Parts: sequence; C-alpha cells; structure tokens
Amino acid sequence: MQDLLYFSQQLINGLTIGSTYALIAIGYTMVYGIIGMINFAHGEIYMIGAYTALIAITGLATLGIAWLPLVLIVALICAMIVSSSMGWAVERVAYRPVRGRHRLIPLISAIGMSIFLQNYVHLAQGSRNVGFPALIDGSFRFGTGEGFQLSISYMQITIFITTLVCMTILSLFISRSRIGRACRAVSQDLGMANLLGIDTNRIISATFVIGAALAAVAGLLLGMYYGSVDPLFGFIAGLKAFTAAVLGGIGSIPGAMLGGLILGVAESMTSGYLSGEYKDVVSFSLLILILLFKPTGLLGKPEVEKI
Amino acid sequence: MAAHNFKHALFCAVVTMVIAFPILGLNLVARGTRVGLEGADASTIISVFVAAAIVFFFQLYRDTIMGNLGKLPALNPLAGREPMPQAKRVKLESWALTGIIVLALFWPFFVSRGSVDLATLVLIYVMLALGLNVVVGLAGLLDLGYVAFYAVGAYTFALLSQYMGISFWMALPIGALLAALFGLVLGFPVLRLRGDYLAIVTLGFGEIIRILLNNWTSITGGPNGIGGIPEPTLFGMEFGRRVKEEGNTSFHETFGIAYSGEHKVIFLYLIALVLAVITALVIRRLMRMPVGRAWEALREDEIAARSLGLSRTAVKLSAFTIGAFFAGFAGTVFASKQGFISPESFVFLESAIILAIVVLGGMGSQIGVILAAIAVTILPELAREFADYRMLVFGAAMVLMMVWRPQGLMPMRRIHIELKRQE
Repeated sequence: MQDLLYFSQQLINGLTIGSTYALIAIGYTMVYGIIGMINFAHGEIYMIGAYTALIAITGLATLGIAWLPLVLIVALICAMIVSSSMGWAVERVAYRPVRGRHRLIPLISAIGMSIFLQNYVHLAQGSRNVGFPALIDGSFRFGTGEGFQLSISYMQITIFITTLVCMTILSLFISRSRIGRACRAVSQDLGMANLLGIDTNRIISATFVIGAALAAVAGLLLGMYYGSVDPLFGFIAGLKAFTAAVLGGIGSIPGAMLGGLILGVAESMTSGYLSGEYKDVVSFSLLILILLFKPTGLLGKPEVEKI
Repeated sequence: MAAHNFKHALFCAVVTMVIAFPILGLNLVARGTRVGLEGADASTIISVFVAAAIVFFFQLYRDTIMGNLGKLPALNPLAGREPMPQAKRVKLESWALTGIIVLALFWPFFVSRGSVDLATLVLIYVMLALGLNVVVGLAGLLDLGYVAFYAVGAYTFALLSQYMGISFWMALPIGALLAALFGLVLGFPVLRLRGDYLAIVTLGFGEIIRILLNNWTSITGGPNGIGGIPEPTLFGMEFGRRVKEEGNTSFHETFGIAYSGEHKVIFLYLIALVLAVITALVIRRLMRMPVGRAWEALREDEIAARSLGLSRTAVKLSAFTIGAFFAGFAGTVFASKQGFISPESFVFLESAIILAIVVLGGMGSQIGVILAAIAVTILPELAREFADYRMLVFGAAMVLMMVWRPQGLMPMRRIHIELKRQE
C-alpha cells in the first residue's frame, strides 16, 4: 500500500511537470512542422514569460490588488502578450532573413538569439534567482496518519486544468479556424500553400506567436510551481521540451503532448527511485536513444528526403 | 503603400515597447523573502522610447533606406582590385606567418606576467577554435557539446596526476587520445543523424558529461573540482621555488639564476604556443589532403559526395575525432595552467563561445578563426566595464553574422588554380 502511494505520488508529480513540458514542446513542434528548424530561443521565450508574469504579480501586489483570480488572469495575459511579441520579433529579426539557407545557418542564428535573450534578461533583472510568491497554497492529502501520505496540491490541479484548457483551445483552433487550416496546409507543403494564395509569412509568424503564448502559460505555471525564476531557467526547460517534442514525433501536436507526459513521468520516477541529480541525465539519454533508434518519434511521420 | 507602411511601422514600434519595457523598465528586487518592484532609472526608460522611435522611423522609411544602402560604394577598397597571383601570395603569407611566430616567441620576455597569462588563455582558445573549425567549418557538423571533449582532456590529466602521479608530458597525448576516443565512440552512432538533430544530441552529451562530473563525487570531487594539478616540467626541471617531486631539479637552480614566478608562466605560454602552431599546421595539412577535401565535399552536397564513393560515416567520424583530439590537447594545457579544474569551466556557455569564435572568424577559414579567438578573448579583458555585456554582444553578433555575412569576417579561401589571362 505504501509503495503504491509512493508510486502514485511520483506519477502525479511527473504528469504535472510533463503537462507543462508539453505546453512548451508545442512551440517547438509547430515551428519545426512548418519551416523545419529548431527554434533554439524558445526556452528563453518561456523564461521571459515567467519573468513577465512575476513582474505583473508583483506590480499588482504593490498596487494592493490581491483578489487571486484577477491577479492570475492579469499575470497570464501580460505574460502571453510579452512572450508573443517576443516570439514574433525573434522570427522577424533572426529567422526570416535566413530562411531557406543551408540548415546550419538558421540554427546558429537561433543559438545566437538564445544567448542574446538570456543575457538581455540577465543584465536587466540580475543573475540571481527571484522568489515567485506561492499564490495557490494547500493540498489534498490521502493516506494514513503515520505512513507515507499522498498529496496533490491545488497548484498541481491548477496546472492540470490550465494545460487541459490550453490544449483543447489549441486543438479546436488548429482543426476549426481559418488560420489553423492554413497552418496545416503550410506544414504539408509551403510552396503549394503559397501558390494557393495563403500568406505563408503571416502563417509562420502566427505559429511563432501561438507557440510563444503557450510557452508563457507554462512559464507562469512552472514559475509558481518551482517558486523561483532566474535567467537560465529557460535553457534546461527548453531542452526538455525539445526532447518531449522529439519523443512524440516532431511536427505532430498530439505527439508533443504525449511526449511531454512521458518525459515528465520518466523524470519524476528517476528522482523518486534513483536520485534527483540524474534526472537530467535520464532525459538527455532518452533523447539520444530516441534519435538513434526511432528518429520519427512515437507519432511522427517519416520524413522523405527528396533529391 | 504609405498607409500600409505606417501601420506596419507603428506595429513594430509597439512590439518593441512591449518587449523592452517590462523587462528593462521594471526591476524585480528581493526584499527579504518577498519580492518588490522598482522602476528603472530615467535613462533606461528614455532609451526604450528612443529604441521604439528608431524602429518606427526605420520601418516607415525602410524602402528608401534599403535602396540607398544598396547604392553605397563597396566598403572594401580592395574589392575591385585584381587578386594577387597565387605564388606571390603564398610567399607573402609564409613570410608573414614566420614573422608572427618569431614575434610571439620573444614577446613574453618583455611584458607583464598578467598579459602572458592572458596570452596562454588566448592560445588555448585558438586550439579549441581550430579543432571545432574542423568539425563545424569544414565538415559542416554542428557540435554543441564540444566542451565535453575539452573536459575529458582536462579531467584525464587531473585524475591521472592525482591518482597515478603522471606528469604533464605523459598526460598530454593520453588526454588527447582519450578525448579522441570519446569522439569516436560518441560519433559512431550519432553521425547518421541529420544536422540539427546532431546539434541537439551533442548538446545533450555535453550536459551529461558535465552532470556526471558534478555528481560523481567520489572520483571527480564533484563541484569542488580537483586541485593541485602539477605544472609541466622541462626535462625534469620544475619551475616552483622548491622541488616537489623526488629526482627533479629546479629550473632556477640548474641555470643559476634567481627564482622568478614569471619563468613558469612564460614556459606554459611557450608550450601553448608550440601546441597551437602544431594544431594549426596539422589541420592545414589535413585540409589539403584527400580527407580534408572529402569533409568539404560532404558538407556541400552529401548525396553527390556519397554517389562518388565517399563513405559518409568514415569521413564524418574522422572530422569528429580529430576535432575532439585537439580539444583534449587544449584541455590538458588548460588544467595545467589553472592548477585546478571543476565542472564550472565546462558549461554549455563555453561551447557557445567557441562556436561564436568559429562563426565570427569565418567557418573553415583558419586565419579568420585565429584572429577571432584572439579578439573574442582579449576584448572583454581590455574593456572590463563591458565584460558583462560580452555574451549579449556575442549572441547579437552570431545572429547578425548569419543574416548578413554567413561566411564570416575572413571567409575561407579555397585552394584553387587561376587561369592565366590571355594576352
């Protein structure tokens, strides 16, 4: 019984983290699906989302506004606006001019952008980590008095619900809306979509904006969950999310969701049963193994190389 | 058209404000356990507005500005001139190189200890950048975990000296070979991957190595690192004030000169110089050999190269292994120079700096990469107050280079034969 409780606790922790990875992973997978490049700066956009949310929360607290739903919604909206603008600007400045060149060139440009953004926040906000106030306290507890207690915090529930809502909205958006349909068309064949009168530049910008907005949601959630942010916060999370995207099959949105959850669970099982220090090793090894043995991921389509 | 331009310009300016204002204008400060918010000083706020205004006007008059830029005469005055004949250029280059090397040999005896120390660091970066240049510049394999091989070299020397008392000269080839072995073992499975996947996998590998070094406390000392790494000796002569090891003599006693801490620094500099020159020469040779041409062929067009009978795995693997080998070289020198190493020195940022050097210098171009290594290492030291901005500038420079001049500041010049002009 104790073991089962412990296992379920790890499972719940893993699913919580995993669902936020999935939110970030969508940004990678959508961009990859459309223009076939790894948006290396995506982790930084997520970090900027977390910072903006924290700035908004602190600003509201200074103004004396403390009604929780309002604070959360304002923080979420601020973070989404700033992150989306960032995503749009990054695409405009660093990726659009190099689109269509040799594969390495956009990638190096993206790495440069990532370093730039990291240091931009580092210089503006300092390198120390800043505490994120725990706005959502408390938890449900299960289990007997003396043994191991299974606890599900309200924060974890919030994360689940928010992620679920975001994913639903995204799925509906992609499958029903005009822009969503255009997105799917562009990801199938960019040149053909262009010929048929779709403004592909606009759609590519839209993908960056959508990905950045979802990353901002993840930034707020994970910032609150971990309780602090720092300028390097986005780098590892970005890598993890990329792993999740590859695991699920890069280019596929349901794949990103699935990959995020699997990765989160794998990580929390490692820290629960082995040691917390090796959880990064496990996720990177997982990434390497997938790329070696099944580069298309779980739900991805094989890529046909044309000569 | 004008109205559309105006709308677009306004939008860009608003985006600039949205991006810059919250992060730059509102600073989070820790007050005890709570976080407070402070407005930035007036100059920051003004500069945000100025930036938005610049973006606005640039976007508004974009077509005019870009049109005029295109009409400007070429900045490079040599652009129109006829290229120097091959033979003359080679002669000139070899004279210049000899001159520089002779100068570099005697230079440390006349300057301060601090600058010699810095020069040693520059040479270590030159070695690293030349090694990475083979992988990224020549073979076109983006390796983001290059620092892992550097770490392997450094830790090999540190551990061997700690547990087995092996000297620098023994550790130098062992470290380099071990790093090359790591490159071979890692490269074998991953080189089948496409370019961008390869980048991520090598990045993951670099992180794994660092995490292992950090957590394998019983052997590597974890975050505390390893100290007391011996300095190199000259035919059994030590450079310390007192001889540490049995059987060795000390340099200043043998030659009957007064002890000076500078001897050690200069000696280390000379070793680094010799190794850097060896690295440059070996790679220069390799570039002209069939294997070097195969690297470039595979980079340019994989399918064509393979259909001409080049083995993709063998060619890529050779580039990867050779790159790793020189990183191991550099790592050993680094460990010996610092006397102390910890995983802190081998973070991803280090890989990014080396990559920035290669990209700025011009992928594939040796002279360019060497000059970039010198510039990138020395500039932050010269302008101390700007040292914080170093990585910001590197990041921006990488993006700008890719957009405007992906071939680098000093692009690689292919070995070629020029046809004589008909008289």
